[in-house]
Amino acid sequence: MTPLLFLVTVSLISFGAGFLGSLLGLGGGMIVVPALTLLLHIDIRLAIGASIVSVIATSSGAAAAYVRDHLANIRVAMFLEIGTTSGAITGAWIAGLLHPRWLFVLFGSILGYSALAMLRGRKRSRERHHVESSLARHLRLGESYFDDARGEEVVYEPTRPIVGLSLMYIAGMVSGLLGIGSGALKVPAMDLAMELPIKVSTATSNFMIGVTAAASAGLYFARGQIDPFVAAPVALGVLAGAFAGSKMLGKISSRAVRMTFVAVLLLVSIQMLVRGVRG
Amino acid sequence: MTAQGEPRWVDTAISRVLRGGVVLSTIVIACGVLLTFVHHPSYVRSQIALRQLTAPEQAFPHTVRGVIGGAEQARGQALITLGLLLLIATPVARVALSIGIFTVERDHLYTSITTIVLLLLLLSFVLGAAG
Repeated sequence: MTPLLFLVTVSLISFGAGFLGSLLGLGGGMIVVPALTLLLHIDIRLAIGASIVSVIATSSGAAAAYVRDHLANIRVAMFLEIGTTSGAITGAWIAGLLHPRWLFVLFGSILGYSALAMLRGRKRSRERHHVESSLARHLRLGESYFDDARGEEVVYEPTRPIVGLSLMYIAGMVSGLLGIGSGALKVPAMDLAMELPIKVSTATSNFMIGVTAAASAGLYFARGQIDPFVAAPVALGVLAGAFAGSKMLGKISSRAVRMTFVAVLLLVSIQMLVRGVRG
Repeated sequence: MTAQGEPRWVDTAISRVLRGGVVLSTIVIACGVLLTFVHHPSYVRSQIALRQLTAPEQAFPHTVRGVIGGAEQARGQALITLGLLLLIATPVARVALSIGIFTVERDHLYTSITTIVLLLLLLSFVLGAAG
């Protein structure tokens, strides 16, 4: 393979990763890392460095549109980022103490469970009484956005902000420890605990993952894991894909977003379990 | 129309910061890629070059000094890395500028929340550099 062909191949794969990632609030590492290592035989450390770039590119590429269209809730994001950043610091701190193998098994199972809960969740939550939260009101977390697919303004009031914050702390810790799963735990936390509309959950997760990834990107850069020739096509492809995805999210139905997310989450959970079991 | 939200300009300002960072880094990275191929026309055909370019032990700029020195000599790889650093800095710039935006809005609650996030972010950089 020539460098030119490599560039084109990686850009195209990354476009897909950015497109899917921006719709689902995920960083795209679950596509970029296997594609680079298994398909293109790139060293795993460089692939992980490129996947960090992919997370930031997905986030920044789509978030400009999501913030403008009110799909991403900036107040929910700022509040929850306290949890993700402090979790990431804890994760990096205790990284040596825990064996990653068991963490992969543990969080692979948690993600699998979250996927199933999100599949069943909606019916139950419609019956369940919406818990009013005075803290959420104090933080002015309520918002509204115009849903193109439904053709109407959707008004929502998040609940259980403290549960959400605690789950974000765990999500931040996991990404600090394992370097993956940045969005995979954030979306279920916002969906199941805080009862945000699914599109708001994925768009807000997308907005947040850039900050979490930027915190570790500096470290990967200093360690020499960000190879410009590998990361450049990833960055360009993902940015273009995320930009295209951000134009789509408003228009597709919430049900389609939820179903795709559940399917991808199950795949990520299987990926993690396999890595844990193989060691 | 927001139910109880911030005035429009807060969202517009944050949105513009993100878009600006993305556009700038895209241009710099794309120029770097172009320059790499201009300097090494063999990359279009050669099969061996790729293995050298993607070898983990290969020397590419990974210090800020190396990037700036390289960009002055207009080396493609250094320019790409400069673009990647701009991309990495974009979310951090978003958090930092949000503090200013909330301050102008006299939104003390969110000025504090965002300041805490920025401090935690800087702490993670410091701890990362030390560890």
